[in-house]
Amino acid sequence: MIEFYLNGRAELLEGVDPNLSILEWLRTRKRLTGTKEGCASGDCGACTVLLGTSEEDGQTHYQSINSCIALIGSLHGRHLVTVDALRDEPAHPVQTAMVECHGSQCGFCTPGFIMSMVGLHREVTVEGRACDQERLIEALAGNLCRCTGYRPIIEAGRQSIIDESAAWEGDALFVNAAQTPVDAQPVSLTHASGRTFHAPVSLAELRELLAENPEARLMAGTTDLALEITQQLLDVPHLVAVERVPELQRLSRTESVLEIGAAVTYTRAADLLVGDWPAFGPLLDRLASLQIRNRGTLGGNIANASPIGDMPPPLLALGAELVLDSAEGERRVALDDFFLGYRNTALRSQEFIRSVQIPTPGQDDRLFIYKVSKRLDDDISAVLGAFWFRFAGNQILDCRLAYGGMAATPKRAQSAEAALRGQAFDDAAVSAAIQALAQDFTPLSDARASAGYRSQIAGNLLRRALLEHRAGANAKPLLSVTPHA
Amino acid sequence: MRRLPSETAHQPAVATGLAGQSALHDSAWKHVRGEARYIDDLPEPEGLLHAAVGHSQHAHARIVAMDLSAVRSYPGVIAVVTVDDVPGHTDIGPVFPGDPVLAGELVEHVGQPIFAVAATSHTAARKAARLAKVEYELLEPVLTIAKALEQELFVRPTNTHLRGDPDQALAAAPHRLQGQLEVGGQEHFYLEGQACLVEPTEDGGMFVHTSSQHPSEVQKLVAEVLGLPIHAVQAEVRRMGGGFGGKETQAAALACVAALLANVTGKAVKYRLSRADDMVQTGKRHDFFNTYDLGFDDQGVIRGADIMVAGRCGYSPDLSDAIVDRAMFHADNAYFLDQARVTGHRCKTHTVSNTAFRGFGGPQGMMIIEKAMDDIARYLRLDPLEVRKRNLYGEGRDITHYGQRIEQHVLAELIGQLETSSDYQARREQISAFNAQSPVVKRGLALTPVKFGISFTATHLNQAGALVHIYTDGSIHINHGGTEMGQGLYIKIAQVVASAFQVDVSCVAVSATRTDKVPNTSPTAASSGSDLNGMAALDACEKIKARLIEFAAEHWSCKFGDVRFENNEVVMAEQRVSWGTFVRTAYMNRISLSSSGFYSTPKIHFDYAKGHGHPFLYYANGAACSEVLIDTLTGEYKVTRVDILHDVGQSLNPAIDMGQIEGGFIQCMGWLTTEELVYSPEGRLLTTGPATYKIPAISDTPADFRVQLLENSPNTEATIFRSKAVGEPPFMLGISVWCALRDAVASLTDYRFSPPLDTPATPERMLGAVNAAHSWLAAKQEDR
Repeated sequence: MIEFYLNGRAELLEGVDPNLSILEWLRTRKRLTGTKEGCASGDCGACTVLLGTSEEDGQTHYQSINSCIALIGSLHGRHLVTVDALRDEPAHPVQTAMVECHGSQCGFCTPGFIMSMVGLHREVTVEGRACDQERLIEALAGNLCRCTGYRPIIEAGRQSIIDESAAWEGDALFVNAAQTPVDAQPVSLTHASGRTFHAPVSLAELRELLAENPEARLMAGTTDLALEITQQLLDVPHLVAVERVPELQRLSRTESVLEIGAAVTYTRAADLLVGDWPAFGPLLDRLASLQIRNRGTLGGNIANASPIGDMPPPLLALGAELVLDSAEGERRVALDDFFLGYRNTALRSQEFIRSVQIPTPGQDDRLFIYKVSKRLDDDISAVLGAFWFRFAGNQILDCRLAYGGMAATPKRAQSAEAALRGQAFDDAAVSAAIQALAQDFTPLSDARASAGYRSQIAGNLLRRALLEHRAGANAKPLLSVTPHA
Repeated sequence: MRRLPSETAHQPAVATGLAGQSALHDSAWKHVRGEARYIDDLPEPEGLLHAAVGHSQHAHARIVAMDLSAVRSYPGVIAVVTVDDVPGHTDIGPVFPGDPVLAGELVEHVGQPIFAVAATSHTAARKAARLAKVEYELLEPVLTIAKALEQELFVRPTNTHLRGDPDQALAAAPHRLQGQLEVGGQEHFYLEGQACLVEPTEDGGMFVHTSSQHPSEVQKLVAEVLGLPIHAVQAEVRRMGGGFGGKETQAAALACVAALLANVTGKAVKYRLSRADDMVQTGKRHDFFNTYDLGFDDQGVIRGADIMVAGRCGYSPDLSDAIVDRAMFHADNAYFLDQARVTGHRCKTHTVSNTAFRGFGGPQGMMIIEKAMDDIARYLRLDPLEVRKRNLYGEGRDITHYGQRIEQHVLAELIGQLETSSDYQARREQISAFNAQSPVVKRGLALTPVKFGISFTATHLNQAGALVHIYTDGSIHINHGGTEMGQGLYIKIAQVVASAFQVDVSCVAVSATRTDKVPNTSPTAASSGSDLNGMAALDACEKIKARLIEFAAEHWSCKFGDVRFENNEVVMAEQRVSWGTFVRTAYMNRISLSSSGFYSTPKIHFDYAKGHGHPFLYYANGAACSEVLIDTLTGEYKVTRVDILHDVGQSLNPAIDMGQIEGGFIQCMGWLTTEELVYSPEGRLLTTGPATYKIPAISDTPADFRVQLLENSPNTEATIFRSKAVGEPPFMLGISVWCALRDAVASLTDYRFSPPLDTPATPERMLGAVNAAHSWLAAKQEDR
């Protein structure tokens, strides 16, 4: 049984199929059809809803998510707000602005945009966060519109969120339902088909559940796992959610190490990561969409071992370590030793990632992260290059170069590293490193890029790092080719 | 006598929301509240079943055996049908035969529907449809334009437009260049996937709710497939969640499949496509391979042209005959080709049958001449804008290669205005200076025009009907044959009706397009929606007005000429009567308050055998100036500023028109940049969803985006209130982005080399162009 609120009203679900997406539940079970299915893969944003979670400050914080790839069990203890709650007067300011700016044409993507904008509006007007054009565009980068060309939508967002910042008169909708059940009790669902869902609240329970059912799949934001259900039409018989286990949600920092729990979302991890390693900032702005970053987790991105995940290359470059946990005990594995082959990792049966440990920067360390994709926003990398250097003056004392999209796993370029280590960081060294990349990688051609292109830009990204290094640590990035140029 | 609505106190007030004003989209408030209903949102009839189809797994094969037992026995499955269960026609080709509703023995593309399932849920139907065991005998597929050209495998015959003696002109020209270009296809990516809901009626017919641009064709094809007279089937379209041409013919196949299942089960059947199925099963914009051979003088003025356009049609004709025609009609874009031959091939390949998409072949045709403009400019070391201006149509050089005289010359002045307002010349200099000192990042600039012919080239489609009712409270109801796909047609038509009677647009309701309200309609396509249906609506209003004026002159004893409709009133010489009172008085005097209306476009004709005639009533015009930034290390880029000046004649609704211009521009930019359809060597589409197929996202919209409507430019043809069509023409303004990207690469060679850049110009292709520029420079160095 799970309990949550939908648009201010309590819901209690028993025996519901744990493979059901929130979107499908809304549309087919509740017949609330304001929320649309555009892709069922978390790439278009038509299904955007707000998910409210009670946090330590006692407040319920709302985040935009893709309801098409969030599973029903994720709702437990939360408040789900959909566009259907915004039908009555007073109209929300973003609705009025969208109407007045002619921000809808066919209207199918509109509810999703409205929900993304309502979420941002609330963050600004209620939680007091700053918003500029850049933040507005970032918040809407996961909402596709095929009709308008976006100009009037940006205008509506600017008018209602940036220029005007009065709270919505109907904000009680968000506040009154904040009395969500937050008791730290484990919950579960069992469907007539035998499919199950468990959401443990302690490490011990999590270990036990996995020991009892080694075939169970771990889930957090399901931004990848749910695609098996919605795209491949597979059944996932047993799901164990890790997001309610406190140890997996922990963020901490010592002088030498950042530790990030495996179930921490990109959104929550961002400040800590960027604080020490600013190069993560532009990457996180372009990593999937805000809806995905609000649900996707660091642990998920690592454990699914995709060759084109965006977090593993920089974490490899930084020499990150994983803390693995199971009923058998805990062990540490260098990320370098974690990826064994295509979608294959060193995780043993019943074992899970508890946290990721990342070294803090030394004084002469520098990290470069470059993502190359067809589209600047919300796209999967053709190649992602992450380069960590430890300098003494212009000399490279040590370096780690890691790439995504170049091999069956995220992988370091050890020959290229060897060509750079001990050298002055200059054209000659970079040319030698680029030569050496041919020994490190034999990339594939696929729908995102050809092998030849991947090889060429893998090298050119090193040239870009050199050019930016020469420009100095505080210089503007050499490339103004960014989503917000 | 039954009671009539009572008079409410009124004050004369200037009618609001008339044609020419920026009235809001009629569904705007419903959109933002999630209240606008699309097919999958409609209340579901009891016992509703859900459909899915099984797909061919091969591009070209014979089906030797098909075992559907696992499909039939999957939990929830109620019925499974194959082509053998079709009571009527099995071919649903819209113009020419070639599209089986379900494949029989022969399959001709991966994803072709070979059987259909009805089940109790959408998911059950989809899961069951994957369980068929099918044995194929593989046949050799033809997958590329090159292969089809080599084998002369065409879905329709090749044709030619010829004027004068291009061979002689080419031989005699002072300069001659040849070039070729691959132009990629495009997925429509309407946010609402294809969908329909079909309900059996008590008379053995079907009622079809469809997301279609062409309800009359859905009606006809469903009737034919079921072997029913057309009157037994009705089709209704309230709105589409985007169409862009993708729901002109493609919606019918779904409706026919759902109708077959409804026929077999006696239940209502909903059939909506998942995104991946939609991308695999339905046609897209044609990719093209085009070549040019041009002769020109020292000024860059074209003397002779030999242009070839070859479209990849897929396995069947669908609309490809007319699409390649339109590519041929626009191979000149805005330029006088003088002695010219334009040849069009309709290549058959074993891929999904490509279909209508905003511009309908026009954009693909224009790409070759716009490439040539840049190539000529680089060759002669002129600014590309200068070459474009010199080649424009004008007085004395105003006959197209297909024989139509261009009567309204808008572009020379329009381009001049845009050149000034966009500060083209100064920015050209700034960009050259920037590029000279920036080793990695380069900027590019281009200003390109659009001239787009308006009318269906299939002349008979240029007709429309409308039905206007006035009720006794003065409220007005209009139905017309056009469909609403987001383009704002409904509000524009309402504005036309409101203007006819000079009443507030809020008095006018437009409801769902239905085949039993207005019959035998043309598709809402070819940018014709408001031109055709606006005139038909006006015709219906004028008929009612004629009766009302005759009645008023008699009833209030004045001359016909003294009856005026203004300010929500009717004025009879000295007497003024509120609109509601006037209507009730007419009713009490037994005056008909309802009329149909009809319109057929005048002047147009075309002789296909001769490739000569006057296929378009007029041309819509515009120009765009785009600036880009590229990274020569990776090929990544960003469009930084766009200025547009576009000619919509006298706008029916400036805000709606601006939306069409901005949206069309961005859609074209996506087509030419990030939207890449990738197929496996076996002909299987690999980009089957938004994870791999990248339409523009919000940050792709240029931060500096300045769009203006050309002022004081009423259509010289008698269109609805002298407006011009706006659906497709602005799309091709996006070509300026592609030209600007090439311009940025050409800067590497001091604009001496015109780099190859097939489309879409993905970062990968851009880096290829950069590599080509570097190779050219290296070769020049060696020459020295």
